Amino acid sequence: MTERLVVSPSPHWKTGKTVPALMLDVVMALMPAVVASVVFFGWKALAIILTSVSSAVISEAVYEKAVKREVTIKDYSAVITGILLAMNMPPGVPLWMPAIGSAFAIVIAKQLFGGLGCNFVNPALAGRAFLMAAWPLHMTRDWLAPGFFGGVDAAASATPLAVLKGASGGALPGIWDMLLGNRAGCLGETSIIAILIGGIYLIWKEVIDPRIPLGFIGTVFVLTWVFGKPGAFFQGNAVYHILSGGLFLGAFFMATDYVTSPVTAKGRLLMGIGCGAITVLIRLWGGYPEGVSYSILLMNLVTPLIDRVVVPRYYGWKGEARKEKAL
Amino acid sequence: MLRTRALSGGVHLDDRKISSGKPVEFAGIPPEIVLFMSQHTGAPAKPVVKAGDHVLAGQVVGEAQSFVSASVHASTSGTVKAVEDRYHPILAKPSTAVVIEPDGKGEIWEGIAPGSDDISTLSPEDIVKIARNAGLVGLGGAAFPTAVKLSPPKDKPIDVYLLNGAECEPYLTCDARLMVEEADEIVFGFRAMMKAVGAPRGIVCIEDNKPEAIMAMERAISGKSGIELCILKTRYPQGGEKQLIQVVLGREVPPPPGLPFDVGVVVSNVGTAYSLAKAIRTGMPLVDRVVTVTGAVGSPSNFRVLLGTPVSFLIEKAGGYTGEPGKVIMGGPMMGISLPRTDVPVLKGTTGIVVMTKDEVNLDKPLPCIRCGRCVDSCPLRLLPVWIAAYSDRGMYEEAEKYRALDCCECGVCAYRCPSRRPLVQSIRLAKQAIMEERRARAQKVSG
Repeated sequence: MTERLVVSPSPHWKTGKTVPALMLDVVMALMPAVVASVVFFGWKALAIILTSVSSAVISEAVYEKAVKREVTIKDYSAVITGILLAMNMPPGVPLWMPAIGSAFAIVIAKQLFGGLGCNFVNPALAGRAFLMAAWPLHMTRDWLAPGFFGGVDAAASATPLAVLKGASGGALPGIWDMLLGNRAGCLGETSIIAILIGGIYLIWKEVIDPRIPLGFIGTVFVLTWVFGKPGAFFQGNAVYHILSGGLFLGAFFMATDYVTSPVTAKGRLLMGIGCGAITVLIRLWGGYPEGVSYSILLMNLVTPLIDRVVVPRYYGWKGEARKEKAL
Repeated sequence: MLRTRALSGGVHLDDRKISSGKPVEFAGIPPEIVLFMSQHTGAPAKPVVKAGDHVLAGQVVGEAQSFVSASVHASTSGTVKAVEDRYHPILAKPSTAVVIEPDGKGEIWEGIAPGSDDISTLSPEDIVKIARNAGLVGLGGAAFPTAVKLSPPKDKPIDVYLLNGAECEPYLTCDARLMVEEADEIVFGFRAMMKAVGAPRGIVCIEDNKPEAIMAMERAISGKSGIELCILKTRYPQGGEKQLIQVVLGREVPPPPGLPFDVGVVVSNVGTAYSLAKAIRTGMPLVDRVVTVTGAVGSPSNFRVLLGTPVSFLIEKAGGYTGEPGKVIMGGPMMGISLPRTDVPVLKGTTGIVVMTKDEVNLDKPLPCIRCGRCVDSCPLRLLPVWIAAYSDRGMYEEAEKYRALDCCECGVCAYRCPSRRPLVQSIRLAKQAIMEERRARAQKVSG
C-alpha cells in the first residue's frame, strides 16, 4: 500500500474548543452588558464601544504588521480588550479617549511584552489606568444619569460608590435600579443582571472558573459588612457595596483573564480573595471611591508568585515535592 | 458494591466503541510474520533461529536474556526467511526481528504439552514459571513481563489484585469482547495470578460503558471466593494503573521508581489473564492476541491475530479504508502511536489499529499558551503540564524535572484539552528523555 500517512505525537484527538472559540464565548457573554449600556446611556455608549474595539483591533494589526509578526486579530482577544476598556469608561467621555486607551492597552500593555499570552497585566485595565493617570478629570467626572435610549441627562451625577463614600449631590438608587443598571457609573458596570447573564453563561460553558468571581465578590461582601460602617462592626451596607462600582464586571470578566490569573484552582481562589481584599481596602480607606481595577492589576502582578507557591500535591507525593521547589 | 473515589482530573471522552458488538474472529495466517525481539519492557530477547530453519507454532525463536525480559515464540509454522533489522513501530527505528514465511498449516510444536485445569495443583512458583515460559507480557499496552509482575519482592505483601477491564481508550473493544466471550477463562487466569502473588482479594474493574462485559464477568465470578466486581464511571484515563489504584482503593502509588507493589497492589489486564489461562491449560505460549481494527475501515472488527501479522493485512481484513486515510494509529487515539507505514507487525502490546481519515486529522498550528489552566485541572497526576512543557520548550530541563516531568504518564489529557493546541505531551516527553540522558551521563561519570 502506498498511503501517505500523517505522523504526529499522541494524543491524536483534540477538543473542539480552541482559543478563538473561547474568546468568542467571552465576546458573546459581554453582549448583554453591551446592550444594557446602550439602553441606559444611549447611542453614545455604542459609539464609545465601537471606537474602542476598532482602535484595539487596528492597533493590533498595525503593530503586528510593523514588526512582521503574524496578525492575530482573528483570535478575538483584541475585540475583548476593546469592549472591556469601553465598559470601564464613564459614558460622557470624548471619543478620542477610548481610541487612545485601546491603542495603549494593545501596543504598550500587550504587544510590547510579546502579544497574547505574554502580557503580565490585563491590557484593558492597563489602558484604563493609563487614562486615569493622564486625564483624571474625564475619567472621574464624565458621569451621566441614565435615561432610556438617549434620554441622557448631561448633568453630572454622583455614582452610588461616591454616595456610599459620603459624596454630596446624590442619593442611593433603589435596589432594582442597581440590579437593572439604572444608575450612574461606567458603561458596562451598571447592569448587574446583564453581567450576571454573561457570567453564568461563561461558567456554564466552562470558560471561566467560578472561584475567581465568587471569591472576589464574597470577600467584598464579608469585609464591607464587617468594616463598612465607620465606628461600628457588622453594620456595613454590604449589598450596595457588591452591587455598585465595577465589582461584578471586574470579577466575572477581568479578574478571570487567563493570561493574568493563576493556573491552579487554589491559586484562582486566592486571586479572587486577594482582589476582594484590596478592593475593600481602597474603597473604605483609600483615596479613590472605587478599587476594583487597581485590585485586579495588583493581583495580576502577584499571579506569578501565586503560581510559584501554590502547587498541588502531586499524585503519590506526601509534600516532599513542594519543599523541593519552594521559593 | 465497592465504593469508588473520584479520579483526579481526567476527561469524559466520546468513546466511539463502534466495534463492541463484533465477536472476535480469527484474522487468518498472513503471507509474512515479523517477530521483533523487543516487544516488551526490558532487555530484548536473543534470536535462537537462523534463516532457513523450519519453525512450528509455539516454538521459541527468541530467548529472554535477563529477569526483566520475555521470550518470543513463532506464532505459526513456516520457514525463517531472515533474522534482520526491520522498522520497529514503537521504537521508531530498525530493530532485530525474526521473519517467518508461513506454510499455512499452523502446525504446533511438539514441545507444547497440555498443563493443568486445576489451579490448586500448581504452586505460585509453577504459575510464575508458566508465565515466563509463555513469554507473557501485559497485554494492555505497556507490555511489562508478567512473570516479573507475578514475583513481588518478599518484603512487600500484596493484599489486593486488580484485574483491569476498564479499557478507557476510545474505539478499543478488544478487552470488552474478551470479557463477553471468555469470562470464565479470564477468571481462571485471574485466580492463578492471585495465587502467584498471594493476594487474598481480587477486584475486577470495568467501566460502566460495557454492560455486556459487566454481566458476563459478574456471572463468571459468582461463587468464586475473594473476587468482587467494581463498576467504574466511564472517565479517561481511569484504566491507567495508578489511576485505577487511586479510584478503586484510594491508595496512591509512590512516584517513580515506586511501583504498585509498594502499596500492596498488583494490576493486570484482562487480556493477560486470558492468555495466562490458556498457557496454564494448553501449554501454548503467547502467540496471538485480540486486536480491534476500527475507525475509518469498511467493517470495524475484533480479530484474534497471530503476533507478527502486518497491520496492512488487518486493515484489508477489516474491509480496507473508507475514505482517504490520514492516520493509522497503533493503540488508541489518546496514547497510541501514529504509524508512518502499515507494513509493520502487530506486537504483544498492540491493543488496536485505529484508522482516521484525512479530515479527522488535526493539523492546527499551535498557538501561544494563554495559561488557561485546563491542562492543570485535567492532569490525573495533579502535575502542572503548563510549566513542565514551558521549561522543556526552552531547554530548561532541570526546572522541568523539579516540576516532576518524570512522573508524567503521557495519558494525553492535557494536550487533548489545550485550546492552543500545544503538543504538551511531546514537550514533556522531550524533557523526560533529556533528564534521563543527563542522569545516565552523570552515572557514567561517577563510575568512570
